[in-house]
Amino acid sequence: MSAPATFKLDGEDVPFEPGQTLLQAALAAGRHIPHLCYHPEFRPHGSCKLCTVKLNGHSATSCTTPARAGMEVSSETRELNDERRMLVQLLFVEGNHFCPSCEKSGNCKLQAIAYDLGMTSPRFDHFYPDRPVDASHPEILLDFNRCILCELCVRASAEVDGKDVFALAGRGMSKHLVVNSVSGLLGDSAVSASDKAMDVCPVGVILRKRVGFAVPIGERRFDDTPISTVAAEYAPRVPERTP
Amino acid sequence: MLRLPRTGSLVASFAASIAQKVNPPPTELTGFDQVVDAAIAHWGDQPTRLLQVLRELQEHCNYLPASALERIAQRLGLPLSQVRGVAAFYDFLSLEPTGAYRVLFSDDVTDRMQGSTELMQRMCHRLWAEPGKVTQDGLVSVGHASFLGLPDQGPSLLVNGRPVPRLDAQRIDTLCGLILARRPLDEWPADLFTVHTTVRKRGPLLSDPLQPGDALRAAFARADANGDVAQPVLDEIKRANLLGRGGAGFTTGVKWESCSRMAAQPRVVVCNADEGEPGTFKDRELLTSQADLVCEGMTVAALGIGAALGFIYLRGEYRYLLESLLAVLARRREQGLLGTSIGGRAGFDFDIEIHVGAGSYVCGEASALVESLEGKRGIPRNRPPRLAEKGYLGLPTIVNNVETYCAAALIVLHGADWFRSVGTAKSSGTKLISVSGDCERPGVYEYPFGVTVRQVLDDCGAQRTIAVQCGGPSGTCLDQDEFHRRIAFEDLETGGAFIVFDEGRDMFEVARHFAHFFAGESCGFCTPCRVGTSLLARIMDRISEGKGSEHDLQAMAELQRLLHSASHCGLGESAGRPIAHTLQRFRPAYERRLLAHGVEPAFDLDGALARARRMTGRDDPGAHLGDHA
Repeated sequence: MSAPATFKLDGEDVPFEPGQTLLQAALAAGRHIPHLCYHPEFRPHGSCKLCTVKLNGHSATSCTTPARAGMEVSSETRELNDERRMLVQLLFVEGNHFCPSCEKSGNCKLQAIAYDLGMTSPRFDHFYPDRPVDASHPEILLDFNRCILCELCVRASAEVDGKDVFALAGRGMSKHLVVNSVSGLLGDSAVSASDKAMDVCPVGVILRKRVGFAVPIGERRFDDTPISTVAAEYAPRVPERTP
Repeated sequence: MLRLPRTGSLVASFAASIAQKVNPPPTELTGFDQVVDAAIAHWGDQPTRLLQVLRELQEHCNYLPASALERIAQRLGLPLSQVRGVAAFYDFLSLEPTGAYRVLFSDDVTDRMQGSTELMQRMCHRLWAEPGKVTQDGLVSVGHASFLGLPDQGPSLLVNGRPVPRLDAQRIDTLCGLILARRPLDEWPADLFTVHTTVRKRGPLLSDPLQPGDALRAAFARADANGDVAQPVLDEIKRANLLGRGGAGFTTGVKWESCSRMAAQPRVVVCNADEGEPGTFKDRELLTSQADLVCEGMTVAALGIGAALGFIYLRGEYRYLLESLLAVLARRREQGLLGTSIGGRAGFDFDIEIHVGAGSYVCGEASALVESLEGKRGIPRNRPPRLAEKGYLGLPTIVNNVETYCAAALIVLHGADWFRSVGTAKSSGTKLISVSGDCERPGVYEYPFGVTVRQVLDDCGAQRTIAVQCGGPSGTCLDQDEFHRRIAFEDLETGGAFIVFDEGRDMFEVARHFAHFFAGESCGFCTPCRVGTSLLARIMDRISEGKGSEHDLQAMAELQRLLHSASHCGLGESAGRPIAHTLQRFRPAYERRLLAHGVEPAFDLDGALARARRMTGRDDPGAHLGDHA
């Protein structure tokens, strides 16, 4: 069989399978492009915009752009990383993120990417939105303060669990996550602790009760390993090529 | 109501009938439930009808009661959270009760220039109302809408969805009297609701004496040797070099042809009548006086691409045009110009349905509009696929502006050469310009492409002009040195808005107003636009309050670059432009507001003590900090 088609990512060849997007192919090749709303098991969403790259001089979200042979893609540039840092800063000031007291600290992708991009301050004024927590479910806590609106839980609940437990409502800065039940409370919804939606939150919104801090802060996934070096961990499984 | 062929209707109605067996409707219908059932009887019980059902419920009940939403979810087979999510997306839908009279003042920059703020205060004062809240007796609520499309006869407002233009103190007092007397809207003087035609300069689009069916007959006459008419229509549109009139300027013929090559059926023709760009109202004029031309253009498009389904997406602000448009559609059906075997041509089946929006600027973006047509929140889609490939319900779809369809009809009637004889080398034909702001003769002007800004200013009687916002907030701000520029795709691309500012205006405040407009209209899908537009608005507010610094200008420049390069759609891409453009051209308007020193702390320490001073009744120097002491 002939050699797989490739595109250039920051000057180096990246092979891809037909149907793969730029981000999928890059991750499969062990190349990191920062991302938050992308998850290998779900259709690309393209909303966080962290994975924005320059494609033939134009901006494109690498998670949604199908790879084509010969494309010239740049990602690790100062300009793009400056933009990514600013995007992360926007997410930090939009919600209420207090890393030191967050159960997700060290396992949080938002925090990990912020460290990786060298973000030292949120820079902009905080919005301090009023987002009450939902503790109505016996096993699950929802802390909306940390929501970055990636919709992974929405997608997981709809596409894997078949339950539509989560949805989005509102517009602009009023956009928010809602729960599918008459009361609007998680305790009255069809969610269960074994749902896929429980395991996809990149930040600390969806938490299991009574298991907090099982691993001490300092010993967690991203505490000593920058997220950019564990990119392969998020890589989708690519069908093995037959020789 | 005419039944359109529906994709998947069998599957959907089957699923709905099962859902009804599982969840039988309660035996006792409340009033709200009856309204829901009537709306669903009218629109059908498919998820794509959600927005239209919600809109009718809002019209009848003045809000969306929680129990009614549950019933809608059940009847349409949708998660309740999705129904609530859609309901909370559109401005005109309200989850809380509004007043029996719901008044929404248009909050365009031109409305404010014409005194809308004072008029709103006057009304609130007379009615004992607080902006944004319902009066205690439930009689009235007074709020804002982004832009009602009446800047040529502003200020304007909507009362229960009906526009009242040309507001002044006397009209406000009349309205207050009618509201306090609880007179039904149908008994109000008709003159209050009359929207005037303000066409100031007519070209072919606004004056062609086309009779219904003329363009279609001309299309049939273009049949090639095999009797095929589709390709000759596409060829003529391509040869005319018709570019999209909504502002983006994509080649219409290429769009149509690529859609016509798709295998999937039925194909869909959508008319974007959601002209939400502040300052634009030319489509209002076309839909009012040239509705047949619009429909004719859509039908010609259907012939060209082989479409069976047609939609007009009418912005909620133009809801008052719905009845007259429905009458035009009904007449055209009687004339054999819509429906089956159009014009006696076997197999040419096409009909048009009107969906009404519910207050959302982003739905003017083609793919967001299609999402809204499908009954969802108006979120622009990822591309690829393009709409021509997978649009409405995954079907090949073209979306064009009202004016584009009008031009297409005339091209088929008079030929590409006729069309290309007007305009410039790259911009064929004429363009409708909506002129508003500081001028003697606001209104719609039809010019050949290539007209200079100066010419428009002279024609509309503008004097001592310092700036023109060409193309609305998402367009280009021009100062006096640029009035020689030409309106054409080679130079100034525009959807048609042309807002004039004279020397009495403060361009910083204009930009601040636009910043709030974009923050309010961002759909919230992507990070840069959702957060960035709100940050820009907040920084502009801070500068306006005299608390801004050079540091803020720097931050705004960076945010603007981020919005431009990383946003999901055109809204975010353009959202920083009003600030960038006015900073380039009217920098002193910013600088005179800035603090002398570099950084102003976001937190006002002394201000935070104000409450404690009030509580303790102290105001002596010892109760103040720092400079304030």
